[in-house]
Amino acid sequence: MGAQLRVYRQKIRSAQTTKKITRAMELIAASRIQKAQARVRASEPYSRAVTRAVSAVASYSNVDHILTTEPEKVTRAAVLILSSDRGLAGAFNANVLRQAEELTALLQSEGKEVVYYLVGRKAVGYFNFRKRAFEKEWTGGTDSPEFDTAQEVGATLVERFIQDTAEGGVDEIHIVYNRFVSMITQTPEVVRLLPLEVVEGVETPGEHDLLPLYDFEPGVGDVLDALLPVYIESRIFNAMLQSAAAKHAATQKAMKSASDNADTLILDYTRLANNARQAEITQQISEIVGGADALSSSR
Amino acid sequence: MAELTVSVVSADAEVWTGPATQVSARTTEGEIGILPGHEPILAILGAGEVRVKGTDGVWIKADAADGFLSVENDTVTIVARHAALA
Repeated sequence: MGAQLRVYRQKIRSAQTTKKITRAMELIAASRIQKAQARVRASEPYSRAVTRAVSAVASYSNVDHILTTEPEKVTRAAVLILSSDRGLAGAFNANVLRQAEELTALLQSEGKEVVYYLVGRKAVGYFNFRKRAFEKEWTGGTDSPEFDTAQEVGATLVERFIQDTAEGGVDEIHIVYNRFVSMITQTPEVVRLLPLEVVEGVETPGEHDLLPLYDFEPGVGDVLDALLPVYIESRIFNAMLQSAAAKHAATQKAMKSASDNADTLILDYTRLANNARQAEITQQISEIVGGADALSSSR
Repeated sequence: MAELTVSVVSADAEVWTGPATQVSARTTEGEIGILPGHEPILAILGAGEVRVKGTDGVWIKADAADGFLSVENDTVTIVARHAALA
C-alpha cells in the first residue's frame, strides 16, 4: 500500500473514532436536557409562590427594610457568575464570561468596586488564569444543581449584603447566567438580585378588584426578614437550573455540529483515498506495461 | 360551602395540591386554623406538621419546616424549603 493511501486511511479512522465519541456525547446531552427542563418546571411553583409573597409584602406594606431600600451611594457590587464545570459546550462559558466582563466595565465606570462569586469550574479557571481575585467559588455540581448549594450561595450573598459597606459589605448583587430559551437558543442574562426590584410575578388583581390587605404574623419586618433570603435562594436556584438546562442544550448543539463535521471529513478523505488508490493502480499498470514493452523490444 | 385551594410546595417540587375544607398549621406565634373565607395572611411557619382536611374529610399530613404560609382569596399556599408528605 502506498504511503499516501495509508495516511488517508489513518485520518479516516481517526475521524470515525472522534465521531463515535461526539455522537455519544450528543445523545447523553439530549437525554439530560429533558431532565433539566423537568427540574426547571418542578421548581416553578415554589419560585412563583415566593415571588408572589414577596411582591405582596413589598407592595402592600410600606415598611423600610435594608433589602428593599436603595442605598444612597453604591461603593461595592457583588457579581455572581454561573458557568459550567465542563467545556465542550460551544460558546456557553465564553458568552457568560463576556457578559460578566461587560457588566464589570459598566459597574466600574459608575465608580463601583466589583467583587466576584463564581459557580462552576470554567469561571474559576478563567479567573485563576488571569490571576484575578474572587471571593468564593462553588464547583462540582453544575450539571444537576442541588438546592443546598443555592441555599449556601444565597446565605453567603445575603450575609455580605447585610454587612456594613465600611467593613467590606456589598451594596448590590448581580447575577450573570445563561437562560434556557429553547433547544437552540441560550442567552446570557444579567439580573440585579438586590436591592430588590420585584417586577415579575406582580399579578394585577382580576375579578377581585380590591387588593388583598395582608395580615402579617408575627410582624411585617419579621416576615420580610424571613422571606427575602428565601426569595434570593429561589432566584439563585432557578438561575442554576436554567443554566444547567442551557449547558446541556449548548453541549448537544456543539456535539451535533462536531459529528456533522466528522462526517464531512470522512467523506472528503474517502474521496482522496480512492483517488490515491486509483493513482497507485494506474502507476502499477503503466510500470508493468512499460516493463513488458522494454522486454519485448530488447528481444 | 366554599372550598379552599391548597398547595404545598417545596423548593424542587409541588408536594400536594388540591381542594380542601380546612387547613391547620403551626406558625411561630402558635397554632393557626384556616377555613374558607379567611382574611389574607402571610405567616412564618414554625417547626411542626401541616394538616390539610381534604374535601372527602380525610386529613393529609405534611412535614413542612422552614417556610411560610399565605392565604388569599381562599387560596392557601404552604411554601417550605423542604416539605414532604408524612
